[in-house]
Amino acid sequence: MFAVLALVVGVGLGAFFEPSVPLALQPYLPIAVVAALDAVFGGIRAKLDGVFDDKQFVVSFVSNVLVAGLIVFLGDKLGVGTQLSTGVVVVLGVRIFGNVAGIRRRLFRA
Amino acid sequence: MSEPHQDTGTGWPAPTEAPPEMPAAAPPGKAAEKPSAKPAAAQPQEWDVDGPDAATEPEVGEAAAGSPAGRRRVSAAGAAIGLLLVLFGFAFVVQLRSHATDQAQTTARPEDLVRILSDLDARKDRLSQEISQLQTTQQQLAAGSAGRSAALDAAAKRARDLGILAGTLPAQGPGIEVRFLPGSQGLKAAVMLDAVEELRDAGAEALQLDGGDGQSVRVVASSWFVDGPNGALEVDGRTLTGPYLLTAIGDPPTMRTALNIPGGVADTVHNAGGNVIVDQPGTVRVSALHPTGSPRYAQPAS
Repeated sequence: MFAVLALVVGVGLGAFFEPSVPLALQPYLPIAVVAALDAVFGGIRAKLDGVFDDKQFVVSFVSNVLVAGLIVFLGDKLGVGTQLSTGVVVVLGVRIFGNVAGIRRRLFRA
Repeated sequence: MSEPHQDTGTGWPAPTEAPPEMPAAAPPGKAAEKPSAKPAAAQPQEWDVDGPDAATEPEVGEAAAGSPAGRRRVSAAGAAIGLLLVLFGFAFVVQLRSHATDQAQTTARPEDLVRILSDLDARKDRLSQEISQLQTTQQQLAAGSAGRSAALDAAAKRARDLGILAGTLPAQGPGIEVRFLPGSQGLKAAVMLDAVEELRDAGAEALQLDGGDGQSVRVVASSWFVDGPNGALEVDGRTLTGPYLLTAIGDPPTMRTALNIPGGVADTVHNAGGNVIVDQPGTVRVSALHPTGSPRYAQPAS
């Protein structure tokens, strides 16, 4: 499938070039990855539910990442970066769990 | 079945944007764009010009694998999705790798981190010290290399000069070749010694004596001459027979004159019934070498 292919291409690029994360991006990249993970699982679930929307996926993906980064940035400025990062990860983790649960129900009917 | 999970997704306190997977629970901003939970009704108006064609498709995802019109629609939105997914995979792997590299530090205790830091500091100090030392050495070497090579050249030249004087190096230059044709009684060693002394006085720098039997001797400061049996000549332990050829490097006219002075070497040989022929071929070559060893008793005094 097209999306899986794109994902594989991205993984391949990352594994091939092995770039080092710039210092300025180091606190944001993990959060951004988790946010994107949430969006991807949400997209899979929507796809299985038959309500997938291209535009919504793109917008939610981008805004998820941006908002997560913004929260971490603000947290850094306010001196509570670590705690806020943890909070964001918890929220996104719960959402990912919910999405995965939906996928599971859809796939295994259980 | 999926209804309660959609609720949990939106039930969280601060969802700033619409959860992409929950169109039914989208906030009002999104709801304006998509009034119903059926995307098939809203999408053609938002995305595509060939609405009626796409309206027959129930879903975007299935449209990707469906009609040609759906394929064209995917090429715009799907490209964005593909780009995002490529970025996602890229960032995912990058983050995995960068985290794997510094995992040892993140799990270390503060005391260990402090120790690691001080170790690194000490190592940095040592290395910078080494850098400055090496830089100093490099400057010294760069400054001394010119003088060193000059001294080396001078030493090599001096070694060549001394080698020629000591007879350990072959030499060539302007000079004369003196051919001694001894008389019936042979040539006395004293006469040959006289000839060598005369040539040295006349400025000969390198001397070589060839016997008629092919023996060659480099005549140096320590060379000695003894009368051998049957009119032969013993020089430095080698027995030479006539006729003799004495090759001398030096100023040719001076040496020729020195040999021909009245009562000198040439006269003495003539009186003994022999003959002396002085030849001046221009450049002569002294190729015989004087074997030398290290001095047994004398040591350098400086």
